[in-house]
Formats: sequence, structure tokens, C-alpha cells
Amino acid sequence: MASLAQSISSLFLKEFVSTFFLSMRYFFKQKATINYPFEKGPVSPRFRGEHALRRYPNGEERCIACKLCEAICPAQAITIEAGPRRNDGTRRTVRYDIDMVKCIYCGFCQEACPVDAIVEGPNFEFSTETREELYFDKQRLLDNGDRWEREIARNISIDAPYR
Amino acid sequence: MVKLKVDGKEIEVPDHFTLLQACEEAGAEVPRFCFHERLSVAGNCRMCLIEVKGGPPKPAASCAMGVRDIRGGPNGELPEVFTNTPMVKKAREGVMEFLLINHPLDCPICDQGGECDLQDQAMAFGMDASRYAENKRAVEDKYIGPLVKTVMNRCIHCTRCVRFTTEVGGISELGLIGRGEDAEITTYLEHAMTSELQGNVIDLCPVGALTSRPFAFTARPWELGKTESIDVMDAVGSAIRVDTRGREVMRIMPRVNEEVNEEWISDKTRFIWDGLKTQRLDRPYVRRDGRLQPTTWADAFQTIKTAVSATTGARIGAIAGDLASVEEMYALKQLLNALGSQNLDCRQDGSKLDPAFGRSSYIFNPTIQGIENADALLLIGANPRLEAAVLNARIRKRWRRGNFPIAVIGEAAELRYPYEYLGAGPETLAELANGSHGFVEKLRNAKKPMIVVGPGALTRDDGASILASAASIASAVGAVSEDWNGFGVLHTAASRVGGLDLGFVPGANGANAATMLRSMDVLFLLGADEMEFSTKHAKCTVYIGSHGDAGAHGADVILPGAAYTEKSGTWVNLEGRVQMGNRAGFAPGDAREEWAIIRALSDVLGKKLPFDSLSALRRQLYEAHPHFNSLDEIAPAPSNEIAELAKKPVSLGKSGFASSVKDFYLTNPIARASAVMAECSALARNNFKAAAE
Repeated sequence: MASLAQSISSLFLKEFVSTFFLSMRYFFKQKATINYPFEKGPVSPRFRGEHALRRYPNGEERCIACKLCEAICPAQAITIEAGPRRNDGTRRTVRYDIDMVKCIYCGFCQEACPVDAIVEGPNFEFSTETREELYFDKQRLLDNGDRWEREIARNISIDAPYR
Repeated sequence: MVKLKVDGKEIEVPDHFTLLQACEEAGAEVPRFCFHERLSVAGNCRMCLIEVKGGPPKPAASCAMGVRDIRGGPNGELPEVFTNTPMVKKAREGVMEFLLINHPLDCPICDQGGECDLQDQAMAFGMDASRYAENKRAVEDKYIGPLVKTVMNRCIHCTRCVRFTTEVGGISELGLIGRGEDAEITTYLEHAMTSELQGNVIDLCPVGALTSRPFAFTARPWELGKTESIDVMDAVGSAIRVDTRGREVMRIMPRVNEEVNEEWISDKTRFIWDGLKTQRLDRPYVRRDGRLQPTTWADAFQTIKTAVSATTGARIGAIAGDLASVEEMYALKQLLNALGSQNLDCRQDGSKLDPAFGRSSYIFNPTIQGIENADALLLIGANPRLEAAVLNARIRKRWRRGNFPIAVIGEAAELRYPYEYLGAGPETLAELANGSHGFVEKLRNAKKPMIVVGPGALTRDDGASILASAASIASAVGAVSEDWNGFGVLHTAASRVGGLDLGFVPGANGANAATMLRSMDVLFLLGADEMEFSTKHAKCTVYIGSHGDAGAHGADVILPGAAYTEKSGTWVNLEGRVQMGNRAGFAPGDAREEWAIIRALSDVLGKKLPFDSLSALRRQLYEAHPHFNSLDEIAPAPSNEIAELAKKPVSLGKSGFASSVKDFYLTNPIARASAVMAECSALARNNFKAAAE
């Protein structure tokens, strides 16, 4: 009996037909792959990507050199030197370095920051060809902030109700 | 003694204790802001509230209530206080909420953040939120000098700074004006504070209202490595803590040492650290064609070898400076002796002190803590305010207790306490010595009189006679007895007592410092900068030291050494107390510790010294001078030496005594390299007239 059933399914190419329909179903379904880098997947507003130092809308840098990010950084990737700013004597960083090679993208720095100055933005495409390029200094971080400010501000406002 | 119960635990404490001290004794923690052990009780922060059983139905301020003020139960029960009841908890939360009404909560930009009493206590005893949404008050920042930065919004009006300046500092320059919301700490006329101890208000301030201006924003307390060490800016040997980040000294803080500095340090001690980074000698130099040129160690040593081999031992000399440690002086002495020289001197100021008179003739016999037991004081050619600021605070502390006649022979300087001015110089001293002066009676009536001779009197040509006269006064008035030696010498150089203990003085037929400058062929200067170098006449001067100052300027060979924070060394303070400082960081560039330089040089000169490590050097040193081995102790000095000293012939000069410290802020090469000290010095020269910023 069993051999009869097998003969019939072999005769009518049952497996072939079902496989054909399966492949057709996937053929017309929307594709899982995207055409990176021209297309990109969705990024959560809480995504922890490349770091940036933000400014206030009037152009004043937010960072006040409190060194809490440096203190909390589990990888000790952040180095800060501080001092009074020359023109008004306020507390500012003289140097703000992040060693992105050491960084583990845990996001503690942005959690510790009392003024939302250091943030991990949505950018994940900052691979480099040399290690040296991954030692970010203050200027690089501020430039990141200027470049990504719109997205960063939007992400923070989306996430705000949950904090 | 009074018995009482704290949180149910029975303890017995002395009568004069406050409830706060009794609670501490019982192991219960009581938060406080205004209370400080060394200042008077103000009782205005209200943080130390506790519950007193049987007292009024409200919490009591434990710092302002004595243990004798509370009563026990009707049936002979012990008086009882509580620090852990709901009433106390609620009281503390309430007080903390009040304190924070006007406190700006700018901890991220505050230099006190991380070591702030208010921050810690708000975490431990406060609530999580405030009910006050109103605007905070704003107070203008005051200018009170180049050392202390003010952020008056943060002030919680504990008045510790006011009490410190009036009680310990002896200046009434800070005060609290206004009341309620208008209360402000101010100097009123906005001038710089004039005290040499003003830096201590930074430590006293429980919040960030008074912070260190030179240290502003540079580091956080948690990133600093802490090394306990000894100060060398004056001869007091204050206990300090050197805070470093990496190899850089970031700040200097006091440590508690009841026997020496309590918990105060002078401004020179505290703010010297920027001088450790400038004017440093970081590689060897040799003078060629009249110019100092950088070179290698080997070349520098060869130059010295050539000069040494061209002369004889009798024409080689060594002078030790004010900051030298015992180890390097010992090494240098061994080297000079091996070269056949007896020309050694650690008294670059020309002081006439001599170890031949015995140890008690050159140390501060009454001890610093002993000042509190003294009951009369005669200062001869001494200005302790400038020469030993922390010691002066101890004299003032004794004076505040009352019944302490103080008299001065010398300059009529401001000392921060009133004194009887006897005269300017030797004539008055002679009157006292022959007993014809009225003040002798006061000294004689005192049980523990103190006679203090300062460097202003001892560096003169008749210094030995003055020392003998002072000793004869001390013997005549009974200042020297079995249990009390009131004869004290005030030093200004940290190395001096150690050098005299070592016998770093001219041996038989040896020349003293001034003669050496004029007549030696090869002269070693171990950090010696405070001399009149215009009379220098040496074919080869070798300067071993850390800073490019007067000594290095005229030297022919410069060997870069380590500053006091960069080496482990022994210093003996003016009491004769042996103390050891520790290395907080490494010397810059090619600079090495001085003892190692001298050891290496000895090898090149063919007189190899028999030690290869600091511990081997110390073993030898302790064998030759056992008292250096007992750290933090004063080796007893026989008091009959004073009576012997008094018998020396006396021939006094005419001119009045002048203090040897002309400028408190610029007494050594490190201080002269410091920008902060230069600013303070300029301000002091202009009599603190600088306008507010």
C-alpha cells in the first residue's frame, strides 16, 4: 500500500509541484534583503551608534566638563581635560577624546550626561581603514553633533515619554 | 565624666563633650555642616538635630548642647538621646530640604563635586525631591584674592570660613552680613584676604562656595592618585597629601597631624604645585664658551672629573640648600669626605647654629604641641607668621586661651596676636640677659616660659652671641628644667635640622658657606639658591637641583635632580621630628633623584660610594645616625646643653634684628617658579590694594 502511494506521488511529480509553488510564493513576496548602501533598514530611536557632542540652538557647546561620562565609561575610552574657558571663565573641556576602538557602545555616557551633550547618534557607518581615524577628538565629535543634530533631536524627543 | 545612653547604648564621656561628640563616641553618625572640631560652635546649620528623651518635644541641635545639659529620668535613669528615630529622620529631611531651597544644584560644574559634604549628606539623609518650585536666590560672587574662588550661590551660611579666619587666622576679614534671604558672606570691601593660612577655608567649606582658584576645573577628586608626604616649604614639616593625575601633581592637601600642623597648611604649601612644572631642569648642562649647553650625563660627569682632578680636596666644597633631604646630604657628605674635603655647609643663610653646641641648641625644644602648655613667650628676631605660618597659628591658639604674655625683640611686625614690643635688637636682649628688663619678671613667674630665637637673629655676624644670650635668659628664668625645655630655635629651611643632625657643617679646618663661595675651586651646590652669588669665585660650580634658579644660573655643570614630590626622602622638622616624604610622581626628562646622581658621580670620580640602592643608603645612614630610623619621633636632646651654651662669651652688635623672610611667597626655587606665588607676592607687595575683578 505504501509503495502504491509513493508511486502515485512520483508519477504526478507532487513534490516538484509543491516546491514550485513554494518558490513562486517567495518569488512574488517582498524581499528580505535590501539594496545596501542605497537602502537601509529601520533604526530604533534608541539605537546607540557613533558618538556626537551636541550644541545648544544658539551654537554654545553643551558639554560642561563634569567628567561623569569619563567616570562611568566601563571601557575607559573617554579622556577629558578641563579648565576655565578664556573669555568667560566657565567650565569647559580643553580636550575631549573618545577612543572608538575601546568603546563598547554601552550608552552609559549618554545616560550619565546631565546636559545631553554626549549622545550616541543613529550613525553606524563610520568604519575606517586605520585605527588612528577611530581616535575621535573634540572637533570630530562636535562636527558629528552638527551633522546629526536633526536626527538626534528627533530621537530624543521620541524617546522622551519613556524616561 | 558623664554617663548617658545613645540609641540605647550606654557610654561615659568627659564633662565638656557636646552631644554630637558623645554620639560619635558611641559610634552613631551625626551629619553636620557648621560644626568643626577646631572651631567654635555656631549651631546654625541645624543638620545635627537629634532627639533628647525627656527634653523639649522638639529635636535638639547636638553640636550646641553639652552632655551636662540633659537630665536623666525621675528614678535615676540615665539621660538618653536618639539618632535613629523617625523624629530625627524627619528633622534631617526637613533641614536638608531647607538647605537646598537656594542651593543651585550645579554639581556637574562645581569643583567640590565628588568630595562635597552637602552632596554626600543629601544622598544619605535627604529626600529625593523638593517641594519648592520658586526661583532660587542669586548672590553676587565676591573677590577675596587670587587663591580662593567664590561661587556665592552655593553658600549655605555655615560660617566655618568666618570662624576660621577670625579664630585661627587672626584676621577679621570675612563676615556674614544681612539676615534671612539677604545673608551673604563677604569681605565687605572686596579686597583679597591677607592671611597666610587662607587656603584652609577651601577645605573647611562644606559646599563648593569657596574653592581653589588655581585648581579650578582641572580635575575631579576621583581621578587623583593620593600620596601621603611631608611639606618642605618651611621647617614645620606639615603633613600633606599630594594628589596626582598620571605623573602630574594636581594639588596639595593637608593631612591631620595633631603634633605638627593639626589640619592646617600654609598657602605656600598648598599652592606651590604649579611651580613643580615650570623652570624645571630636565637634562644635564655644561657651560662651554660661556653658555650652558645641554649634554649627556657621561659628559657632565667627565667635566666634573677633570675639574676635581685638577685641584686638591681642601679646595673642594659643598653647600646644601633649603629643600635637601637627609639622604642626599649624607651621600654628598660621604663623597666630599672621600675626596678629602671638610668643606661642608648646610647653612647657606650664614646661620651661626652649630651641632657642636649640642642638639638642643638648634631644635625647637618646646615642640609645636608643647606651645599649648607654655604660659609666656619671648620671640627674639623671629617673625613666626612668615617663617612658620602654621606654628604661628598654634601660638595664636594658645594666646586665645588667655593668660599668655608674649614679647618680641626685633621687628614690630603684625603677628596676628597682640604682643609687648620690647625693642629692636641686641641692646634690649642684653637688658633681658642681665635681668634689668621688666619682662624678665613675667618669664620668671611663668611655669613654662618659652624663648624662641629666629633666623633674623642667628644669621647675623653676632648670631652665636645672640644664641648664647637667649640661652642665658632661658636658663635664668627657669625655662629649662627636667620636664620642660622652653628654649626653641625657629628654622625656615626644611633641610636645616637634618643637615645639622648629620654634621653637614665645616669639619676641622673646613670653610663655611660664605668662605667656600669666595675661595673654592670646585663647589657643589645641592639645591642652594638663597646666597649672594656675586661673590662666587669657583672654577667649576656643580649645581644639583630641580629648578633653574640663581644657583643653576651661575653654574658650570648642572645635574638635574628631583623635586620633593618626586623622591622618597627624610626631612627633620624644626622640632627635630624625623619624617619621611614619599614619591608622588617621577622627575621630568633625564632628572634623577639626587642621591643616585651623587652615587653615579662618585663612581666616575673613582671614590665609589658603598651603596647601590636607597635602602642600602638608609641602612648605612641609620648605622651612623640611629635617630633617623625612628620616624615621627623626636630624639630626646639633653637640656644641660642650654646651660652650657649660656656660658659662652657674648659680644653683641648694634643693629636691630630683621626677619630673614623678606617675601613669604618667594622663599625657595619652587616658589619662585610658581605663577600663583608670584601673583600673591605682587599683591602682598602692594599691600593687598588690588581692586576687585
